Amino acid sequence: MQAMSTTWSEYTQRVANGIRRRVLDFTIRNNGGYLSQACSAAEILATLYTRVMRIGESCAPRIPPPFPGVPSKTNPHYFSGAAYNGPYKPELDRFFISPVHCALALYALLVEVGRMDAQGLEMFNKDGSTVEMIGAEHSPGHELMAGSLGQALSQAAGIALARRLKGHTGRNWVFMSDGEFWIGQTWEAVETLVFYKLDTVGVYIDANGQSADGKIETVMEIGSIKDRLAAFGARVFEVDGHDVEALAAPAELPPDGRPLFVVARTNPCQGIPLLEERRPRLHYVRFKDEAEKQRYREFLMTMNGGIHGA
Amino acid sequence: MVLESRVHARKLVEWAKDKPEVVVFSADLTSSTEVDLFRDTYPDRFYSFGMTEQNMMSFAGGMAREGFTPFVHTFAVFLYRRALDQIAMSIAYPNLPVRIFGFLPGITTPGGATHQAIDDIAVMRAIPNMTVIETGDATEVESVFDAIQPIHGPVYVRQLRGDIPRLFDPTEPLQVGKARILSIGSDIALFSSGICTEEALKVSAALQRVGVSMYHVHVNTLKPFHTQEVVEIASQVAYGVITFENHTIIGGLGSAVAEALAETGLGKRLIRIGLRDTFAHGGSKTYLMKYYGLDALTLVRSIEQLLGETLGIDEDDVQITVQQPIRSTSKAEDL
Repeated sequence: MQAMSTTWSEYTQRVANGIRRRVLDFTIRNNGGYLSQACSAAEILATLYTRVMRIGESCAPRIPPPFPGVPSKTNPHYFSGAAYNGPYKPELDRFFISPVHCALALYALLVEVGRMDAQGLEMFNKDGSTVEMIGAEHSPGHELMAGSLGQALSQAAGIALARRLKGHTGRNWVFMSDGEFWIGQTWEAVETLVFYKLDTVGVYIDANGQSADGKIETVMEIGSIKDRLAAFGARVFEVDGHDVEALAAPAELPPDGRPLFVVARTNPCQGIPLLEERRPRLHYVRFKDEAEKQRYREFLMTMNGGIHGA
Repeated sequence: MVLESRVHARKLVEWAKDKPEVVVFSADLTSSTEVDLFRDTYPDRFYSFGMTEQNMMSFAGGMAREGFTPFVHTFAVFLYRRALDQIAMSIAYPNLPVRIFGFLPGITTPGGATHQAIDDIAVMRAIPNMTVIETGDATEVESVFDAIQPIHGPVYVRQLRGDIPRLFDPTEPLQVGKARILSIGSDIALFSSGICTEEALKVSAALQRVGVSMYHVHVNTLKPFHTQEVVEIASQVAYGVITFENHTIIGGLGSAVAEALAETGLGKRLIRIGLRDTFAHGGSKTYLMKYYGLDALTLVRSIEQLLGETLGIDEDDVQITVQQPIRSTSKAEDL
């Protein structure tokens, strides 16, 4: 929780640092993990949850319940991970994570901001757990099935239109990755957002320039996402994705009829310089040997402040 | 034979009048999928998506999560082939009440292979949580809306458009999971679906004349499938079972019947009439049905194969003799 005598941006930065620490700690103990995603996304997620989004307190159990079975006509037990993002209310905002390969970073964030117990992180990728490696809609902080990338934005657009029809005033925030701007459906969704003037949709793009195969520009060059989005009629800002004040600023502008996109330029090694040695393959970090792991372990010890609330 | 036009268009407008949660989606095929009348009547509940089928499916999932019931319209072939992943993950996994209407089933379009949905039932049937319906006449086209209304989950409707026959009595609406028994017999059991039921009715009089007794069942629910009913009927006939569908014989009605027979250990011969693992091409419905063996004479030859004798029925003997819509169940004498 926010300590006294700190500014919001100091608090938000501390949350972001906490995400990196927790994910690094987990990656070392697990001998692998989606570490670079946490490095690039930490400030974006922290800014959304602590500054941008108007969401209520979590209404989910602090320790995530086990897998309830998939949704079906005969299963009344399934639940949504959205409850970690607060109650469903017309005036409150909603959050949708699209690249759910960043789930570990989101879980770490939920712990940092007090929405999930640290014990929840220990359930990551364990059999029978909802704290899944690639998040599903029952996973803490998740609301959609987004693991097949590029589908969340269209789903969020449908939710935004429905909420407009129902008179909801809350906004709808989508966290995306730059790799998703390869995908045709993403652009179909942008066309639709612009055509139906869905200005309650705000999208933060973690533009870390990385995909599973390596650097995005070598896998499939797509040029300027900002220019492309602007050409589609969206309202676009490009900011330093590790500057929490710059990240928060576009969300403070009143909506103007256009969907909002914030291209957050990020570094997949931010905060953990050791990762630079692994470029260009940063998608999933698996330590080569005990010596490498030991270097990361030593680096973790130097990270400021230890593990919050663990 | 009574033909009726634009049944889907008219009925949807009437049916949705007092259902504000029903919204209609179109992918640039608004007239072609008979939702132009809905668009003009309820412009606030009509959403145009252009050719963005993948986006349209995920968007439908989003609206359904908020309590709306999207009725998504396009040609069948464009929805399950272009947007299968979106149907599976944005709609079917969360078990959302999206109604997906696919038009131009099988060879009912001269548009050729790109426009012919020949494997849609196989694909949609394999998706968990999905209900799969195929309509066969005007009565079913107009009553499918009420029939699927109580289903908590996604429904795929293989729908007919344009001028369509009224084969079934309008007072006997489509009921999900309830097959229509068109005649009772003891030699052959025939399970037909979609437009193949009309085609199969062409052989009824000729079969009666030569003394072949056929148990004819029209199947409109492909999933969940009427396994028990199929097995009970199949067990009552002497010579074997035929399935007749406007679809590839792999994965559709023929496969569903085969699964039912095999799982219960009922050792009946089975002939599956349909597209024989082939794409089709552009042409008239009559031409394509004959060319690909989806016609009444192919049915006659299949019956002969099961009986082991020639019946002496030729092209002149197979024609629609039904003048009035059929009442279902055990009134075989009405046929």
